[in-house]
Amino acid sequence: MARRLLGLAGLAGVALAAAAFVRRGAGHRRERVDLYYEDGSMVSLQEGSAAAAPLLALGRETLRAAQ
Amino acid sequence: MLASAPVGASEALNDLIEISSQVRNAVVFGPDGSVEASTLADEAGAELARKANDLLDAASQVREGGGAVNQLEVATAEGSVFVVRDAERTIAATTSPDPTVGLVFYDLKSCLRDAAQKPEPKRTRKKKSDGA
Repeated sequence: MARRLLGLAGLAGVALAAAAFVRRGAGHRRERVDLYYEDGSMVSLQEGSAAAAPLLALGRETLRAAQ
Repeated sequence: MLASAPVGASEALNDLIEISSQVRNAVVFGPDGSVEASTLADEAGAELARKANDLLDAASQVREGGGAVNQLEVATAEGSVFVVRDAERTIAATTSPDPTVGLVFYDLKSCLRDAAQKPEPKRTRKKKSDGA
């Protein structure tokens, strides 16, 4: 009986941890910059990269300017 | 509210706002930064155009080999900024977070194409002279 209760508690803990992980992932949108060149090539700069930082800052300024 | 502008750009921007529920604000401007049409008031539209030009300038320095960037998206948690340019003009637009990227680019390119079309001249019918 005690073992079964322990198992159920363990399952509940895993479920709660999984739900928290999913919620956290959905709440944090990954920021990025996608550049499309005339020659048809494309560069995607992810949040945290040195090249993305100034463009993301400019993007936020642009969003504020358009409010 | 639309700024004073050539008819083609204003109508194209009106259509864009009507069609795309994702676009919040947009501005169409020329190579010299002059605003042709905007969903914002005059000064705010000009500021959006300036920021979009700054974005294009900064983007052109990202790749070592250079190369012209003709469209870009900056996706942030607050929303996205899209800039698309062709030979004659540029359009910059802001959207809510997580837009349908392909659809927004398609709508902006269509808007640029429509803005390039000159309004058709009105046809006038010649009156028949009484003697003819």
